[in-house]
Amino acid sequence: MENKKDVCNEIIRRSGVNPRKCMKCGKCSGTCPAYDEMEYHPHQFVYMVETGDIEPLLKSKSIYRCLSCFACIDRCPRGVEPAKIVEAVRLSVIREQGNNHLKADDLPAMLDEDLPQQAIVSAFRKYSK
Amino acid sequence: MKVSYFPGCTLKTKAKDLDVYARKCAEFLGVTLEEIENWQCCGGVFTTSRDEIATKLSSVRALKEAKSKNQPLVSVCSACHNVIKQTNAAIKDDAEFASRVNNYNAPEDAYNGETQVLHYLELLRDVIGFDKIKEKVVNPLTGRKIAAYYGCLLLRPGKVMAMDDVENPTIMEDFIRALGAEPVIYSYRNECCGGYITLESKELAKAKSEKVTSNAKDKGAEAIVTACPLCKYNLQKNGGDMPIVYITELLAEALGIKE
Amino acid sequence: MQRIGVFVCWCGSNIAGTVDVQAVSDALGKEPGVVFSTNYQYMCSQAGQDMIKQAIKEHNLTGIVICSCSPRMHEATFRKTAAAAGINPYMVEIANIREQCSWIHKDMKEGTEKAIVLGRTAIAKVHLNTPLVPGESPVTKRALVIGGGIAGIQTALDIADAGFYVDIVEKKPTIGGKMAQLDKTFPTLDCAACILTPKMVDVAQHERIRIFSYSEVEHVSGFVGNFDVTIKKKARYVKEDVCTGCGLCTEKCPQKKVPNEFNLGMDNRRAIYIPFAQAVPKVATIDADYCTMLKTGKCGVCSKVCTAKAIDYTQKDEFIEEKYGAIVAATGFNPISMDKFDEFAYSQSKDVITSLEFERLMNAAGPTAGKLVRPSDGVHPHKIVFVQCVGSRCAACAEKGKEYCSKICCMYTAKHAMLTRDKYPDTDVTVFYIDVRTPGKQFDEFYRRAVEEYGVHYIKGMVGKVSPEGNKLIVQGSDLIANKQLKIEADLVVLAAAIEPDKSARPLATMLTASMDTNDFFTEAHPKLRPVESPTAGIFLSGACQGPKDIPETVSQAGAAAAKVIGLLSKDKLTGNPCVAHSDEMMCNGCSTCEKVCPYGAITYQDKEFRGPNRTTLIRRVAQVNEAVCQGCGCCTVACPSGAMDLKGFASKQIMAEVDAICK
Repeated sequence: MENKKDVCNEIIRRSGVNPRKCMKCGKCSGTCPAYDEMEYHPHQFVYMVETGDIEPLLKSKSIYRCLSCFACIDRCPRGVEPAKIVEAVRLSVIREQGNNHLKADDLPAMLDEDLPQQAIVSAFRKYSK
Repeated sequence: MKVSYFPGCTLKTKAKDLDVYARKCAEFLGVTLEEIENWQCCGGVFTTSRDEIATKLSSVRALKEAKSKNQPLVSVCSACHNVIKQTNAAIKDDAEFASRVNNYNAPEDAYNGETQVLHYLELLRDVIGFDKIKEKVVNPLTGRKIAAYYGCLLLRPGKVMAMDDVENPTIMEDFIRALGAEPVIYSYRNECCGGYITLESKELAKAKSEKVTSNAKDKGAEAIVTACPLCKYNLQKNGGDMPIVYITELLAEALGIKE
Repeated sequence: MQRIGVFVCWCGSNIAGTVDVQAVSDALGKEPGVVFSTNYQYMCSQAGQDMIKQAIKEHNLTGIVICSCSPRMHEATFRKTAAAAGINPYMVEIANIREQCSWIHKDMKEGTEKAIVLGRTAIAKVHLNTPLVPGESPVTKRALVIGGGIAGIQTALDIADAGFYVDIVEKKPTIGGKMAQLDKTFPTLDCAACILTPKMVDVAQHERIRIFSYSEVEHVSGFVGNFDVTIKKKARYVKEDVCTGCGLCTEKCPQKKVPNEFNLGMDNRRAIYIPFAQAVPKVATIDADYCTMLKTGKCGVCSKVCTAKAIDYTQKDEFIEEKYGAIVAATGFNPISMDKFDEFAYSQSKDVITSLEFERLMNAAGPTAGKLVRPSDGVHPHKIVFVQCVGSRCAACAEKGKEYCSKICCMYTAKHAMLTRDKYPDTDVTVFYIDVRTPGKQFDEFYRRAVEEYGVHYIKGMVGKVSPEGNKLIVQGSDLIANKQLKIEADLVVLAAAIEPDKSARPLATMLTASMDTNDFFTEAHPKLRPVESPTAGIFLSGACQGPKDIPETVSQAGAAAAKVIGLLSKDKLTGNPCVAHSDEMMCNGCSTCEKVCPYGAITYQDKEFRGPNRTTLIRRVAQVNEAVCQGCGCCTVACPSGAMDLKGFASKQIMAEVDAICK
């Protein structure tokens, strides 16, 4: 229990987000382009980190579905910046040994000849440590 | 006039047109893009976490070199620009982050966010001026209906990027107008193409990109112009027959310097 | 030497909870000059006041120190108590040991020490107090109401009905304000025009009310009871007293392409126009920005068709000077611009409209004669989405939105939804909301009726994006209860835009020296107890210029403001504040520094004859303070280089004695 709190506090510190600023309007989730691919949605990330319900988020594939488009950051009326919370949760996972979501060996199967380098480095930065 | 230039990895490989015409057009308009020496890949995306230091160092090195030359730092790739500008802002706004970055990177010569970071479009608008570009156009793109695609990286987060209104931007439309074409406004111009998700989920990238091209087409666009290689890839792969061109290609064409 | 009494109040536990009141009264009892010191549970109560009166008599007190709450709260109370016991009320000093001590300290020891220091400071000041007698000034029995919306109209009618003269200054060509643009009003659904226009007529016909329409306040000087105001009557190029309002000119004017602001630009009017049929005054106005005659000298159609000969192209702005005893600000509100919220596609589609535009679309006198159709193609909409809180409760974006709740949107959206369903049962209506706020009489019942009887779909969630596609608007938003992201194909989207004070309020506040909050709403003298008065004496607040308000609340506040004005105008004389500046003529060197810094124009210079040595005389230029105008701010006393200027009741030596007492 204590550990869960620590993880949340660390996520809050690292993201620089104050989840208490959220007024629960759902605009972040209303705007999210990856919503349908997510089990937990941006507003739920904020709420679950605030309330300490962190384990489902750490286990969820939703953390790899955020496109880092920052639309939720700009459209949030309260300046909560949900994308930063999503990123901080993801870092809590992939920083653990052996938790890389994307491995170099997986890569050849994903490539095609037009794919820009930018896609590969971006995915590695978001998915692996 | 000379400015520091950060091309980025994709511009050296898959997006050579973006790079080559950026240099040629700038030169033609009186600005030399001086490539930063030994630049390294920006990482493609900015990590927002305050304790991510190493992932931001390549941006800091580039910013520092531009500072030493007392030049603004220009990039044309939306992703590089986004990462560098967000890094610069983080250094300015977060003293703890700045001191940790500087501890990695020669603390005796600390960097505190002094460099002005410009996107190529801002160079065109604010330094050269769209009026001046308009005067230099020899092949006006008259009658062509072109849709600007901003994507996410050029505009957001709005407070940091501060290039234009995040929801109703005009810089690319003004650019298109300066070249003699007619800009097409469509609501998905600032929605995500799917970005790097294309690696993992072709379906999601397809859904997002299709939405952009079909929305542009619905509003009468004949072509979409972008500054981002990944946007171009996603839109081209999923957007049917809609031509996707780089801003620099369009500029070179209008200025009569495209080969 | 003064004989000083010290009275320490517990304020229940407000003070006694953190300050040892017995220790304070004991310590202060030992101060020089203090002949009596005590403490009591509620010093402001009748028993407490009697205790003070009795002590004054028994101990022959000449000065009083009350250690209690802020002087803003009870200084007047204790001054009256002192006066009733026969000593000059200005011999009372308050040491604020509540707001400035007990409320902000947690530690009893620290709180007690500080309270003693504050008490000692007040004692040091009382030693130097002198009895003061306030002056009197007359009251001009006429009120000025700035703004002719429902707030201004109601205030003016109430003041005039009580027997006083009132002038209304309205910047638009007609009074009526926002309410005149509304269709129906919640929660009873009366037609706005039906209940407003009779009041407008009452104003026009009232023998004690004058309307200055198409006019603005240009300059204000003076003080409570004695304001001097300059009103600019803008040239409307029509003789107001000659025009019969027949409207022929507005039909014949060849300039047809002027956006009609009354219909929010959704249709056009002529360059000469009467805003709407029931306008008051019902006279035409020429819009100089569009009139061909005024711009090029070639046209003159309106003049030719006017049988009353009311057109005057040579008319100039006119300036009227008038005296007033009281001024009421009733400048109202506007919806904020939607320019910075283009995720809702307001700039991209004509079918994304604001709620005020929706009012005009539903109004029988509106651009569509009350037929609800899409502005883009005139087609009847079958699916309408309302979005609440657009720009309200928006803390992240001060440059585009407002941090506050705009208060009226929940109810008017419920009204719009209900009226739509009532008139067009084939139209499906969805409302996206964050919270539905309905605290008002019959308000929640009204909202529930919209849901239960009229079948309006209320979805808890916010819209993230509106995208015009084909001839539809794709509304993407979250449904937080269903945990879904919805994509609704709508024909019309209505945005409940936040409201903000009218832009004219800020410059007006500067003219009136009335304070405003960071949102440019006028500040009240006390948020609970003096809600219709500005802290600046003689300035009163009516309607949404003080904060977001619906019509019932506006009308109540308008009446309350009128009552305060009537109370003021009923007095023949006003007792001034004796704590005003005065100049020691022997020390004044005539430099004019004080005159330049005085914000109230209370200081003038005079040449005066003085006796010199050896029976000579000399003329010297010295400062004179108009005590009726001086507000006692003290700017002049700080600026005066020779130390001639001083403030009665707050003399420099008194302040220094207080500082010495703190530092002792």
